[in-house]
Amino acid sequence: MSGKRGLFFLPTLALWQREMTRFVRQRNRIIGALATPLVFWLLIGSGLGESFRGAEVEGGFMRYFFPGTVVLILLFTAIFSTVSVIEDRRDGFLQGVLVAPVSRASIVSGKCLGGMTLAAAQAALFCLAAPWAGLPLDGAVVMRLLVVLLLGGFALTALGFVIAWPLESTQGFHVMMNLVLIPLWLLSGAFFPARAGTWTEWAAALNPLAYITAGVRRAFYGDGADLGLVPSFGAAMAVTLLFAAVMFVFALRVVRRGGPESR
Amino acid sequence: MSAAVETTDLGRNFGPRTALSGVTLSICAGEMFGLLGPNGSGKTTLFRILSTLLAPGAGTARVGGCDVVGEAMAVRHQIGVVFQSPALDPQLTVEENLRWAGNLYGLRGGDLAVRARAAAEALGISDRWADPVQTLSGGLQRRVEIAKCLLPRPRVLLLDEPSTGLDPAAREGLRVTLERVRREAEVTVVITTHLLEEAERCDRVAILHRGRLVACGTPAELRGRSGTDVAVVSGREPEALAARVREIFGWPLLVRGERLRVEVPAGGEAAGRLVSTLGAAADTVTVGRPTLEDVFLDLTGEHLCGGEER
Repeated sequence: MSGKRGLFFLPTLALWQREMTRFVRQRNRIIGALATPLVFWLLIGSGLGESFRGAEVEGGFMRYFFPGTVVLILLFTAIFSTVSVIEDRRDGFLQGVLVAPVSRASIVSGKCLGGMTLAAAQAALFCLAAPWAGLPLDGAVVMRLLVVLLLGGFALTALGFVIAWPLESTQGFHVMMNLVLIPLWLLSGAFFPARAGTWTEWAAALNPLAYITAGVRRAFYGDGADLGLVPSFGAAMAVTLLFAAVMFVFALRVVRRGGPESR
Repeated sequence: MSAAVETTDLGRNFGPRTALSGVTLSICAGEMFGLLGPNGSGKTTLFRILSTLLAPGAGTARVGGCDVVGEAMAVRHQIGVVFQSPALDPQLTVEENLRWAGNLYGLRGGDLAVRARAAAEALGISDRWADPVQTLSGGLQRRVEIAKCLLPRPRVLLLDEPSTGLDPAAREGLRVTLERVRREAEVTVVITTHLLEEAERCDRVAILHRGRLVACGTPAELRGRSGTDVAVVSGREPEALAARVREIFGWPLLVRGERLRVEVPAGGEAAGRLVSTLGAAADTVTVGRPTLEDVFLDLTGEHLCGGEER
C-alpha cells in the first residue's frame, strides 16, 4: 500500500523528462530561444559598437555584450518554459498532475529542473561562439560557466513559475516580461556597466539578474580582471543561490495555495 | 454497503457568490452516480472539491474514508480524475502519456508496461499506441484519459462532463466503456452531467440547483416521486385550455408558449378524462411518464438546459 505522503523522485523525473521531450518536438521554441538573442547580439552588438567607447568596454562592444546575450538566452528559455504552466494548469496536463499523489515540491522541482536543463543547454551552446567574441574558453572558464548557467537557469525558471502560476492568461505573462523582466535584464550590466555613484549602481546591487550577468562575466574574465563594480564570481553565485532558493519557496507556496479559480 | 464518497453539509463561496451550500451526500462503493444540474448549479465545484483541487468553505467531504483536506494525499491515491478538457499532453504519444501518468503514481518498469498495455487494450486504443495524442479524435482522447486514470487502479473514478464535445456515437461508446470499467475494475464512478440521457443511466442521481441538493435517488425513484404522469397539451389558446383544466381538475400545470404541461395522476384513466374533456380545443395531447427533465422542472421551476420545452 502506498503511503499517505506525496511521491517525489519518480514524478520529478517524469516531469523533467516531459519538458525535454516537449522541447525537442517544438522546433520553433529552439529557434526562438537561441536565434532571437543571437540576432540581438549581432545587430545591437555591431550597431552600437561604434558609440560605446570606454575603459569598461575594452575589447569592443561585441565582447562586452556577449555575457549579457548569454543571460538573455537563459532568461528567454527559462521563462518561456514556464508559460505553458498557465494553460496547462487550467485545462491541460497539469490538472492531472495536481490530482495525483505527487508532492507539490515535486511539481515545482520537475518544472524548474526541466527549465534549468533547457536554459543551460542553450546558453552553453551559444557560449561555444565565445572565442569569436574574443573570450577564450578553457577548463576553468567552462566549469564556472556550468555553475552559473545551471544555477541561473534554475532561479529564472522558478521566477517564471511564480509569475505564471497565478495568471489567468498568457497575455498577462507578456506584460510581466516586457515591463519587469526585460528592464531587469537591461539594468543587469548586460547592456552597459553600472557606474559608481549613479543610480545604476543601486539598480545593479538590488537586481537579482545583475548577479547572474556578473557570474557569466566573471566566468569568462576570471576574478583577477578589473571589471569595475562587478562582484566576484563567488559573491555573485552566493546571491544567485539565495535568489534561487527564495524563488523555489515562493513557487512552492503558490502551488499550495492553488490557482486563481480557488479564490 | 460502505460509502465511497461522503459529504456532510458541504459549502463553498466564491466571493459573495454561493457556489455550493449544505450538500450532504453518500455514494456507495461500486455505484455509478450522477451529479445532474445545469451550468452554475454547483456540480463542478463539488467535483473540484472531491478531486482535492478546491478546499470546501464549510462542511466536510471524505473519499474512501479520507478527508479531502486533511488527508488530501491519501484521497489522491484512491481517485482517478477525468477533466472536461483533456489532461493529456497533445504532443506526446498515447504510450508516453500513459507511461508518464503511471510515473506520477509511482508506477514504473515492467509492471507499468503491463498495466498500460492492458488499459489501452481494454479501452480499444492499442492501435494508436505510438501516435501523438493530438492526432486522435475527441472520443479517443477521452478514452486515453480514462485508460490513464485506471492505471493506478483507483477506487473512485471522477468524471466532469465526460461527454462534452463528443458526437452521439462517441457518447454511446463512452457509456459502454464506463459501464464495463465499473464492472471489471470494480470502481465507483461519479460523473457530473447536464445531459438527461447520461443521468438516466446512472444507478443514482443527485440533482443540484443553485448550489443546493434538491433531490437524490435512482432515476426511477425520482421520476416516480410525484406519482404523476405528464401530459403535454398543445393548442391555439393555451391560456383558455389552462383555465379549463384548472377549473375542472385542479391539477398543477405550467404554460409554455403554445403548450401546456399538466401533471396528471398516474395511470391511463386520468389522462383519458383530460383528453375527452378538452376535446377539439386541444390540437395534440401527449401523455408520458415524467423524465428527469420533468422532475427537475418540478423541483426547481426551471429547465435543465435553459432551452425550449420539448
